[in-house]
Amino acid sequence: MTIVDPEKVVVDPNVVNITINDKPVLARKGEVIIAAADRTDDFIPRFCYHPRMSSVGMCRQCLVEVETPRGPMMVVSCMTPVAEGQIVRTATDTVKKAQEGVLELLLANHPLDCPVCDKGGECPLQDQAFSHGPGESRFVEEKRHYEKPIAISDIVYLDRERCILCDRCTRFADEVAGDPLISFTSRGNDTQVLTFPEEPFSSYFSGNTVQICPVGALTAKPYRFKARPWDLNETETTCTSCSVGCRIVVQSSRDELVRYQGVDIDPVNWGWLCDRGRYNFESVNSTERLTTPLIKSDAGLVPSSWSVALESAARIIRHALTNGADSVAILGGARGTNEDAFAWAMLADELKINQRDSQLGDGLTPEIFNLAQATIDETCAASTIILLAPDLKEELPVLYLRIRDAAQKRNSRIIEFSSHDSGLTPYAWRSVAFEPGHQAQTVRETLETQEMKEQIARGEVVVVLGRANLAENEAFTLHALGELLHAIPNAKILPVLRRGNVRGAVAVGLTPQQNSGDAIDILTKAAAGKINCLILLGANPLADVADSILVKQALSQIKSVISIDTFVTSANENADVVFPAAAFAEKKGTTTNLEGRVSNVSQQITPRGTSRPDWMIAAELGLSLGIDLGVSSLDELHKKMISAIPGFSSCDNQSAIQSDGVLMVHEASATISRGSKVLVDRNSYSYRLIVSRTMYDAAQSTITSNSLVGIITESTIYVHPLDLARIGVVDGTNIRVGVDEINIVLPVRAHNGINRGTAWLPYNHTNVDIRPLLNIAADVIDVRIEQIK
Amino acid sequence: MSRLTEKNLVLAKEIIARYPRQKSALIPLLHLAQEQTGFISREAMVHLGELVGVTSAEVYGTASFYEMFRFEPIGKYLINICGTMSCALMGAEELMHHAEKRLGVKAGGTTQDGMFTLAHAECQAACTEAPCLQVNYRYRLRVTSADLDNLIDDLQDGKLNDEIPAHGVLSKVRQVIPADRAVGAVAPELVTESPVWLNGKAAL
Repeated sequence: MTIVDPEKVVVDPNVVNITINDKPVLARKGEVIIAAADRTDDFIPRFCYHPRMSSVGMCRQCLVEVETPRGPMMVVSCMTPVAEGQIVRTATDTVKKAQEGVLELLLANHPLDCPVCDKGGECPLQDQAFSHGPGESRFVEEKRHYEKPIAISDIVYLDRERCILCDRCTRFADEVAGDPLISFTSRGNDTQVLTFPEEPFSSYFSGNTVQICPVGALTAKPYRFKARPWDLNETETTCTSCSVGCRIVVQSSRDELVRYQGVDIDPVNWGWLCDRGRYNFESVNSTERLTTPLIKSDAGLVPSSWSVALESAARIIRHALTNGADSVAILGGARGTNEDAFAWAMLADELKINQRDSQLGDGLTPEIFNLAQATIDETCAASTIILLAPDLKEELPVLYLRIRDAAQKRNSRIIEFSSHDSGLTPYAWRSVAFEPGHQAQTVRETLETQEMKEQIARGEVVVVLGRANLAENEAFTLHALGELLHAIPNAKILPVLRRGNVRGAVAVGLTPQQNSGDAIDILTKAAAGKINCLILLGANPLADVADSILVKQALSQIKSVISIDTFVTSANENADVVFPAAAFAEKKGTTTNLEGRVSNVSQQITPRGTSRPDWMIAAELGLSLGIDLGVSSLDELHKKMISAIPGFSSCDNQSAIQSDGVLMVHEASATISRGSKVLVDRNSYSYRLIVSRTMYDAAQSTITSNSLVGIITESTIYVHPLDLARIGVVDGTNIRVGVDEINIVLPVRAHNGINRGTAWLPYNHTNVDIRPLLNIAADVIDVRIEQIK
Repeated sequence: MSRLTEKNLVLAKEIIARYPRQKSALIPLLHLAQEQTGFISREAMVHLGELVGVTSAEVYGTASFYEMFRFEPIGKYLINICGTMSCALMGAEELMHHAEKRLGVKAGGTTQDGMFTLAHAECQAACTEAPCLQVNYRYRLRVTSADLDNLIDDLQDGKLNDEIPAHGVLSKVRQVIPADRAVGAVAPELVTESPVWLNGKAAL
């Protein structure tokens, strides 16, 4: 027997020893009993408790007994913190009786329409009524009745009869999303969840409330009556709608996608998803999808076979290459997997095509990936988060949730530099406005103040860096970054370029090679007639490149276009060859998120028609050109990629890639210095344009999703209310917006978050094309806004 | 069009300034809105949300919890006849029947001219004076049918204008807190000193 000197025992002050059902459990200081119990085999029933939200003790289902000096006492385990020596019993006769009693009461007003309820089969209320319920009810009176489901938004339906008032959806909307547009109303037996009368629950995150609803009260239009849970097949994968890389479960029924659900992983999404990512699976199911290769003929694009299409694509490329490799260019590749991009980069290497870019003039130089990097977790743990980025709520919604959480519930402070109010402005410690083009100066002057110096000195600083304005030269953002890094040399960067796998595409080499120009340079050359063949990898420059005049000129000059896409778009409707690509959930591979986290994407359904993954098309096209890429399977390609690309050398851990993901190997090697771009001041009669994206724009995946297409709004320009008065029109009037001799007509609205003298124009909305205004060669764009007389 | 008037907006801002957190002022502001129109309109809730920085859904959620807040136009005078035990024993039911016949509306209804809304009420804590009723929350005790008729006559003739203001007006005397008497409440998160009973231990 060893005798331990009590003085020498090291006790972790954060560990609390408790006993649950006579078994010792190590709990964390401050956590509630149910959280500790969740790490054991003893399940405590619950409806309102959710580990990612604060406990409220609404449903009373998680009653357990805790030993006290006066004997066992019944407590709700989601509200009772653990304490040293606490003895908890979760299944005594008293506890069982209490839990049965609560369930009987919860079911008293529940309609028990499980046979026609979408939740049936995966319903916590149904499951726990079986496992912890009394089996029968003594309630013989008439149940409460409400109008069966009411649409509380374009997507979400609410059935108040089924609701058990657990406060999960309302808590989520308030605490997590920051959109408290639903609330408990009335009192007592009349209590119900409702929106403000006739106002929709228009939250970008409304789908999460459907996922966490423990009953069938909230259902979502895209899944209503589509399938039963026991008919679903599912696989875990990573969403590639934007570059946050949320983990999701893709569910299908009869080889058709029916639903995505968020998966809770610590480093990224915590189980949450945005509505665009959650519901744009309808685009994969769209009947407009390409199913066969198309070839240009006198009658337009006509269906063809793969062999014919590959042969003619090869012929076009071979012919173009006779004028030198510089007459061929590749655009796109940031929407596929790492392997897709790598295969195309290999093919481009073999063909010596240096002109390639996976960004379309709307991002930032890939050099930013070589600066000292922060992960999402590191960003959210930093004392100071500096935003020099687009509106994260619009472009990278789940990152917005994480950063909002850091500012609201942790000790991070946000310093925002923005030309207009963003979704994070209300949570920013300081929000500093600048006129587009003046950010470097604003950053320099702001950081010189004593208050800022003190805040910066408090600890880690992470700069969230992205392209906030498509109507200004990217150099302005980089100059502002240069100022930031000059003032805070050890600040880390979280690069937030938005396209799904842009980081992966850049890492494998779909980025300008050997000092050749970027996408804009390629298009400028094309407009001058110097490009004979353009290969589009899922890219639509007509939608993605801000300057539509340049793109139209370029496309009219290019002799032949080869497109790999899932749809016929404005960019490839006149292409010479269009290959149908397998879409998300139709192919396997890996993807890289904005922080460089590599995780798997998996296949759940059969590709539409004869469509194939991009990498396979690259390999086949290579063979037609007499080039053997040496890959016959995805596995081989993946292995080849992780041995060829140093950044991916950490990615041979399959099980990690299939769960939380693996961070790329990264070494800071770049520096960004202060710039000296001089900007002409704005004429006081004109308005400086801010052009940025919103969540529901006319993106291909949104316009082909039936549930989302109705939410897209028409192009509108927003100005400060006083500027609206200066223009002399009322809210919503059509006005003329002009640069030089180009004029467009669209409605104007007042917006308090816009600074005077500037105008915000959301990009890629319907009705009016704003792109003719956007001359990409200009440093900034100043427009006239005039009444139509 | 029933956002707060200019005059009430000034009052609203004064009320908001009394609280360390703006949204704490919501209930007094709801009363102010109800005083302005006799009920709380949709526009008023939107306006109050803007004033205290919460969504209109939250304003509605808070307001609908309380029975004294009305969301539909009601009569100038709200007559609540108690129907709980003591009053029921002392003839509340007959009184209600009489009121219904006299006003020509059922309990819960409003007269055509918009003068009266008749309603059942639960115990009003005047059981020794049963049967009792309230007009715009002003008591009338040991009410007989004749008393009720007189009351309605007087209200119609405007004889009680001084005593009983229109529905929504809580008090004819408005609370005024001079600057030198204001407590200057501190937001909880800014409290650094712990109360004496915590014996010098840190506040939460």
